[in-house]
Amino acid sequence: MWENLQILITAPIFNVQLLLNGLTVGAVFALVAYGLALVWGVTSIKNLAQGDFVMAGGYGAYLFWKHGINPLYSVVPTAIVMFVLGWILYRLVIRRVIQLDLFTSLLATFGMAIVIQQSLNLAFGADVRTARSGLPEIQMFGNMVTVSEIRLVSFGLCVLLAIAMVLYMKRSRMGQAIRATAQDPRAARVLGVNTDRVYALTFSINAAICGAAGALVAMIWVIEPFYGIAYSVRAFVIVTAAGLGNLPGVILAALGLGVLEQYSGFILGAQLQQATVVSLLLVVLIWRQILLLRQRKALQ
Amino acid sequence: MKGIVTRTARFVGAAAICATLGFTGIAAAADPQGNTIVLGAAVSLTGKYGQLGKITVDGYNLAVKMINEHGGVMVNGKKYKFATKYYDDESNPAVTAQLFERLINQDGIKYALGPYASGPTKAAAPVTERYHIPMLADEAASRALFTQGYRYLFGPLSTSEQYLAPVVDVAAAYAKAHGMKPSQLKVAMVFENDPFSLDVRAGAVDEAKKYGMKIVIDDKMPRDLSDISATLTKVKALKPDLLLVSGHAKGAITAVRQMKELRVYVPIVGITHCEAANLTGKFGADANGILCPAQWAETLTYKDNLFGTAMDFYRLAKKTYPYYNEVPFQLAQAAAAIEIWADAFKRAQSFDTEKLRDALAATDMETFYGKIKFDSTGKNVAKPMVLRQIQDGKYVVVEPAKYAVGKPQLPRKAGN
Repeated sequence: MWENLQILITAPIFNVQLLLNGLTVGAVFALVAYGLALVWGVTSIKNLAQGDFVMAGGYGAYLFWKHGINPLYSVVPTAIVMFVLGWILYRLVIRRVIQLDLFTSLLATFGMAIVIQQSLNLAFGADVRTARSGLPEIQMFGNMVTVSEIRLVSFGLCVLLAIAMVLYMKRSRMGQAIRATAQDPRAARVLGVNTDRVYALTFSINAAICGAAGALVAMIWVIEPFYGIAYSVRAFVIVTAAGLGNLPGVILAALGLGVLEQYSGFILGAQLQQATVVSLLLVVLIWRQILLLRQRKALQ
Repeated sequence: MKGIVTRTARFVGAAAICATLGFTGIAAAADPQGNTIVLGAAVSLTGKYGQLGKITVDGYNLAVKMINEHGGVMVNGKKYKFATKYYDDESNPAVTAQLFERLINQDGIKYALGPYASGPTKAAAPVTERYHIPMLADEAASRALFTQGYRYLFGPLSTSEQYLAPVVDVAAAYAKAHGMKPSQLKVAMVFENDPFSLDVRAGAVDEAKKYGMKIVIDDKMPRDLSDISATLTKVKALKPDLLLVSGHAKGAITAVRQMKELRVYVPIVGITHCEAANLTGKFGADANGILCPAQWAETLTYKDNLFGTAMDFYRLAKKTYPYYNEVPFQLAQAAAAIEIWADAFKRAQSFDTEKLRDALAATDMETFYGKIKFDSTGKNVAKPMVLRQIQDGKYVVVEPAKYAVGKPQLPRKAGN
């Protein structure tokens, strides 16, 4: 461990590599987590199938690549297909459990996750897949730092998508309706908002965001029918750490998580990357608890 | 009164049904139903070993088909066909153990084939051992499986510590040939945290220590085997001479993909499961120069009466399963396991599991896959491993000298 730290101190250039890797990956985490926060905030559904939506989107990019089309073009069509799938799943499953207790909705989304995993497994097999974009790698600092162009492109796309989402939520009527429903569904209904439609749209938008993120994952990483869980866990960690309805927080937490995973992989070893994530969540929760206790004391 | 009579009648009826079922169960255990011998296994068809589990099942099915086409197995003057029963253990050893319980208790399976990988086999072995069911663990190479005193477990594979140790030897020979001491070499290692890969690691560490090599990186892969970029960044910083990777097929794919992406160059690279990961098909020239340990290669000179030579098997497997770019050795060893079972039935001339266990223990045969002879712990001691190198997209056996058809080309070309 100390030797690894020493490398980073004596050859600081490797910090650049870790930061670049972490930020480019963190941007994808941010998308997935934002989608989760949206659904969680508006519908109170904790979507355990979040990572599986990502994987499903990844196979969209893979299909493009398999048919000789550059997978970069798959981001928008995949998002559209996933939007439709999200809508169907809302009508079939989510709508029936949205008013029920937490465990029913958890069970329902967990069931959805299993169905998506097994469907992908039947359709594409359990092999690890990737969609090559054909973009080259960029060498920097005398070949000491390498970053593939697709990571930079995907980072840019994530930023664009995030901006588009913020604008949509702030400016559009539907965005306002979504925010109103998140604040108080009953009041929104009284004011003429069709909350059922808002829920459906929110769930579908989340599926579309995950689809786009999945297409990027397939290009910068690998996909496999059962890899979704890692994205679900990360998304939950980010949203729990950042808090609901806190978009800048979600983005910062996601980027931080990406970088932290890289650093912990480098310093402690790759086997402890995910453990670091969960430990971080624990630290955040404990810290919050301490803050809350202080507030209560102040009130007394 | 009428109620009592009805209840008594019901009880007697239920008891009769239970007794009948019980007797049927015992009869099924003693002798196969009809003319079919059913071999059972829980194999990973989904999850992280799903791809390799599919290869295993393909191997089983190919050999069962061949044996049945050749008339089956003669036991006590009657010909029996083989059939198989599989369940998907989802790459989860806990599920493997449950499914073996189910195979034995509910499906009446008395003859077991191995699950995929050492982890699930480790979970299945105590179950088969408890019920005295012989199992051919044909996809488990972990040395630790054969130190538990299991009586009903037999492994036709060479054990896992032999996987990457020859790569260390090749590196040492390379150092000597270039006027360096092997002890000057720096070694980087990244392994999956599972029984198989940890055994592979132990073998490689022992060998590296023997030469006094310095291990500069000794990392484990994350659980989903999907990202080792942090370790590879360290490799870039420390510039080792030798990189060893073992993480089944998925770990191999991740390693080669990210080495390319991060432009990591190491002169000597050894990776397990190259064929199953289809490195040549997936990465083309980027896979050239990688040293790949293999349990079996089609260029070996083994042969048997069922499949013919190793090359004959290779051609048959390619024809039967055209989706394989290279025939993975995992497929060959699964097929060989069925042959070993057939041989045991022929010699035992019985369906009694004890007699079959003794027949398996006394196995001494040559298959297209290699020679099979189990020692007292149940592991095969008659078959060496081979080391192949990917040279211009082809797997070429480079070690041991007896089976080599080419020489190791080292160092790997820069840019690979």
